[in-house]
Amino acid sequence: MARVIVDVMLKPEILDAQGQAIARALPRLGFSGVSAVRQGKRFEVEIDGPADEAALAEVRKMAETLLANTVIEDYTVTAES
Amino acid sequence: MTLDTVKRAQDTPEERQPYAELGMKTDEYERVREILGRRPTSSELAIYSVMWSEHCSYKSSKVHLRQFGTKAPASEALLVGMGENAGVVDVGDGWAATFKIESHNHPSYVEPHQGAATGVGGIVRDIMSMGARPIAVMDALRFGAADAHDTRRVLPGVVEGISHYGNCLGLPNIGGEVVFDPCYIGNPLVNALCVGLLRKDQIKLATAPGPGNKVVLFGALTGPDGIGGASVLASATFEDESQAKRPSVQVGDPFMEKLLIECCLELYQADVVVGIQDLGAAGVSCATTELAAKGTGGMDVRLDLVPLRDPSLRPEEILMSESQERMMAVVTPDDIDAFMAICARWDIPATVIGEVTDGGRLVMTWHGETIVDIPPGTAADEGPVYERPFHEPAGQAALNADGPSRLPRPEDLRATLLRLLGSPNLASKEWVTSQYDRYVRGNTVLAQPADAGVLRISEVMPGAEETTRGIALSTDGNGRYARLDPYAGAQLALAEAYRNVAVTGATPLAVTNCLNFGSPEDPEVMWQFAEATRGLADACKALGVPVTGGNVSFYNQTGSTAIHPTPVVGVLGVIDDVAKRVRSGFTAPDQKVLLLGETEEEFGGSEWAHVAHGHLGGLPPKADLEAERALALVLTEAASRGLLTGSHDLSDGGLAIALAESVIAQGVGATVTLPEDDAFVSLFSESSSRALVTVAPESFEAIAELCAANEVPCQCIGRTGGEALVVENVLEIPVAELRETHTATLPAIFG
Repeated sequence: MARVIVDVMLKPEILDAQGQAIARALPRLGFSGVSAVRQGKRFEVEIDGPADEAALAEVRKMAETLLANTVIEDYTVTAES
Repeated sequence: MTLDTVKRAQDTPEERQPYAELGMKTDEYERVREILGRRPTSSELAIYSVMWSEHCSYKSSKVHLRQFGTKAPASEALLVGMGENAGVVDVGDGWAATFKIESHNHPSYVEPHQGAATGVGGIVRDIMSMGARPIAVMDALRFGAADAHDTRRVLPGVVEGISHYGNCLGLPNIGGEVVFDPCYIGNPLVNALCVGLLRKDQIKLATAPGPGNKVVLFGALTGPDGIGGASVLASATFEDESQAKRPSVQVGDPFMEKLLIECCLELYQADVVVGIQDLGAAGVSCATTELAAKGTGGMDVRLDLVPLRDPSLRPEEILMSESQERMMAVVTPDDIDAFMAICARWDIPATVIGEVTDGGRLVMTWHGETIVDIPPGTAADEGPVYERPFHEPAGQAALNADGPSRLPRPEDLRATLLRLLGSPNLASKEWVTSQYDRYVRGNTVLAQPADAGVLRISEVMPGAEETTRGIALSTDGNGRYARLDPYAGAQLALAEAYRNVAVTGATPLAVTNCLNFGSPEDPEVMWQFAEATRGLADACKALGVPVTGGNVSFYNQTGSTAIHPTPVVGVLGVIDDVAKRVRSGFTAPDQKVLLLGETEEEFGGSEWAHVAHGHLGGLPPKADLEAERALALVLTEAASRGLLTGSHDLSDGGLAIALAESVIAQGVGATVTLPEDDAFVSLFSESSSRALVTVAPESFEAIAELCAANEVPCQCIGRTGGEALVVENVLEIPVAELRETHTATLPAIFG
């Protein structure tokens, strides 16, 4: 058993309304010194076998087809050590 | 990267410029050089390329759209006609309504959720910029075959996007259409309509008069959203080489839009706005050139003052950015502090980026250097105009000759009715509309599945009169009819929307349209467009309802295969007393069921031919506009006298589907006898200018007289009551079975 992490973020040029809302809320709550916030999603995918190259390739395919909307989002796939 | 200033442009006249990549033709580029007397700077090229794109300039459609003006019927109700952000109609008691429909087709194919969402946002801002409070939206949607793989990607995304944006904004979605046809695969149509209310003495216009007045950009920050979207996405196909420059998709923020709505309304109330315009396609380019062209003629803008989400944006990109939720206002120096204070109260960033001048030039600087210096009218109004060649499509005559009379007629009419009722185009759209909020704001009187949406006018607006009035709205379009005969097809679309408004008891007043076609460079498509606009303009004249605005969407095609020509027509009507609105369908037992209008044998382009035989040929039903007008008079007069207990228009699927839907509406059955000898023709013909109404038995004489006075055929065909739809000697179907068949289809496909 191994765990593969998929991080999905809006592409840098895409408006992140939620991130902006968080950034606006922080100073109101007394946190200073934050210039921007971007929000993303993290998936923890448990796989049966080891996190070898083949398994990672399979997870990348999952990310491509389901976990990320590649028109507006980027993703990264990493094996949890 | 060096800054391409006006001075540099003068010094380097021969520098090669990427006008072709920006969608500009060589002669168009040459014309820009001629206007400026030099090569344009890259920023100027950005402005001209988006402003002269098909999407912004209407260069192929203009010569045909003029008919909506030249043939416009005289209308006392029309306060603002075509050419502004949206038309405005007098609805009485000091109130005015503004409404418009606009396409967001291509973006909704690329990214269905965001594309459809920003379509709603864009049309809402058009309505805001007229000085109105947006009060409702509706969406006319068309997709490929319901069971096609891509439809399962596009439809749920589009519906989600519309519901997300509209529900967050708190606007009811009161109607629209969902149509499936294989011709829309790869080219879905997402046409969004918004309606707003305002006091008729408070209309705002997009203009920038008064030298010295400040130009304020307010709303969301500018980022690299949909750069080139206007010219690239909407003006050419995104196959082949353009794939590489696919622009980033625009993402909307409905909560920002909600703040903008409230902020604008407060700005209007404080009377601190001289002119206002929303930023849509072509963003800052469009807003500055159009405001300046309609005002005193000039404007100085410091482009480096535009507040950015991404500080690395170049001036060219700022000019082309389609970032959502932005507006531009012209404000006098005396009012600027009050303006800024109101924006601050709503947490809306607002920045003075320039000033109105009387120099007749739009001048933009970037950190002190002049990068744009143009006569704004040349970009906004004096773009290229094409008289594109057109001719009847090859095969049109053969298509019209291949009529439905050769198709075998069904023996089992019960099974045929159920099959049609459960077919995707006629099935209940509850799966879609239940994702929309239909009742938020509390003024919705009728919404889907009623023939038209009806809203009560009860906005709290300072200085406004209380009123019992309401407005009714419907959109319609039938691509199959228009394919067979674009002239008649456009008229039938108007006739149906007009009829749908009238069956609620409202008087139709004005029209908006969204004309969805293939490539204007194809003479056969251009013929369809020319015929459709001619038909619509003639029909508007005949029915006495002027076109107030709308939009044209070309290039809805994949390769050389265009969609069916699809003019979508929205009609707005007024009812003096919303309490007298007529509910849809059969609402009580023991009512007489009347069929108004004449039934001919008309099956060309019909749902029956489509569903039973996959056939499209012959001619569409006749568009009898005199009959349509008479029918509407009868319906509105009967409604105002309180004679009608229910109504429903006859359209796709004919009497059979109208009866079935009327029965399903409230679960009240009916027993009817068909008036014609041929039961099949009676039930399934799609002749226009017909409606079903129900009346209490004691009202029958009155309505019969009213019909006779207006020469509208009126037949009593039966009586409501019972638990089934019974057509004597033909069929009997329990209400529950009808409902089950009607509602099961879409959930079975989309889950």
